[in-house]
Amino acid sequence: MLELSGVTRRFGGAWAVDGVSLHIPPGRITGLIGPNGAGKTTLFNLIAGSLRPTAGAIRFEGRDIAHAPPHRRAALGLGRTFQIPRPFAAMTVLENVLLAALHQRGERAFANWLAPRAVAAEERRNIVRAREIIDFLALGRLAAAPASVLSGGQRKLLELARVLMAEPRLVLLDEPAAGVNPTLLETIIERIRELHARGISFLIVEHNLDLVARLCGEVHVMAGGRLLASGPPEAVTRDARVIEAYLGGAA
Amino acid sequence: MIGQILIDGITSGAMIGLGAIGLTLTYGLLRFANFAHGEFATWGAYLAMLGAGAFGGAAPIGALTFGWPLVVALMVAMALTALLALALDAALFRRLRRHGNAIVLVIASFGASLALRSAIEFAFGPEPYYYTTDIAMTLRLAPGLRATADQLVVLAAALVLMLAMHVLLTRTPLGRAMRAVSENPDLARLAGIDPARIVRATWAIGGALAAAAGVFLGVTVQLRPSMGFELLLPLFAAAILGGVGSVPGAMLGGLVIGIAEAAAVPLAGAQYRAAVAFVVLLAMLLVRPRGLFGGRE
Repeated sequence: MLELSGVTRRFGGAWAVDGVSLHIPPGRITGLIGPNGAGKTTLFNLIAGSLRPTAGAIRFEGRDIAHAPPHRRAALGLGRTFQIPRPFAAMTVLENVLLAALHQRGERAFANWLAPRAVAAEERRNIVRAREIIDFLALGRLAAAPASVLSGGQRKLLELARVLMAEPRLVLLDEPAAGVNPTLLETIIERIRELHARGISFLIVEHNLDLVARLCGEVHVMAGGRLLASGPPEAVTRDARVIEAYLGGAA
Repeated sequence: MIGQILIDGITSGAMIGLGAIGLTLTYGLLRFANFAHGEFATWGAYLAMLGAGAFGGAAPIGALTFGWPLVVALMVAMALTALLALALDAALFRRLRRHGNAIVLVIASFGASLALRSAIEFAFGPEPYYYTTDIAMTLRLAPGLRATADQLVVLAAALVLMLAMHVLLTRTPLGRAMRAVSENPDLARLAGIDPARIVRATWAIGGALAAAAGVFLGVTVQLRPSMGFELLLPLFAAAILGGVGSVPGAMLGGLVIGIAEAAAVPLAGAQYRAAVAFVVLLAMLLVRPRGLFGGRE
């Protein structure tokens, strides 16, 4: 589904991501772990298109996307959330989700004046779908509230809702557990499972190893910008090199 | 007298507001002050004059000084000025956005302003034009309250355009996408919105509204090559007064500036009219630099 080969990104003289090659198979929940500064978020930015690689290839469902702009990647079925979510604060929860719907005629300059009925019908269909997603993510009560009033955990759910509105096939989650209270975390885990059962694949960056162990079939470990180890979570967390990287990073 | 100041002020304020919408939108989206924005009003006004001439001299409508040809020409001029704004962005601003910083864009817009104004002066000469030489009859609305039919129709048309703009921004998917790109372009990209398309829509809308303001100014005052440039200070004052990036703010700011200018004539003398926008702008920057509706920066 997602194929990285030799992906490299330099900032000045430093290699943030250094020759990472990995394969994310379809229909799986894959984990990406590693100490702080390992390059996980940079790798996410490269996959989602916020950054372009210095070298290497990124293929999504066979298509080379290494230099495609982020909005095209979103249209191809690639969604991402952020470690620290930043919704469109001035918009309502519903608007935040609606604007992610793909191929909206109403976003074209003339359609609103030339075909108002078609735009209105499309908007009604999108609102129905957006409300379903918002309800599914337990935000139904807040649909009309401005996104600025949401708690950190609710913002994570809102980001996921926005991503789902674009009907993604692969979702990149950047630390879904960070800063989320335990009750809401259970909701998030349960929803990820449910979406996975519906056929969406996930790549998750996470420090919470419990969440990784519960959700992910395979885990990749990064350290110092390189891929260190790959395998099932229980094997990887016992790997001597991985333990060394974490302890070394802490010391 | 207060009623008269209000009606004159609101009429010119509505035109200032129309022009300021485009200015505030391009600033909100592209983060640069476009000094060529006033020229869109000039071009719109002159294009409408050519159009009205081409469509033939039909009789004036009712008590107005102009006929249907000018109404049709207004729409054509709005469309052509939208294209002019798009062309200017494609030829100049888009290239500079890729490399340059904000100050380069501002200086480039100065240059574009000069070029656009000179082109009009070259084609039409420096002398003023009028859409018609008919005398506009004033209507007595109430004792001591007079307005021309032209003024009232222009005011109504400007308010309708403002309302349409407000509906577009708050009720349509395009408006939603424009607000999203203005608030956070990177996140908008990740949400599947192509900012380049939104930027084009914004230029087209800003250019069209400025053209309408220019035509309305031509109807109620006159056409001169420098009309748009002289409008620029009130436009900036209105945009900053309302809070840069805020469309309702630009509309309200326009009305405040228009009324302040109209009030200056009996209070301070007609020669100080142009200074009023400047004074209001300075006062606002000192007291509340974010403007009435501004939340950012």
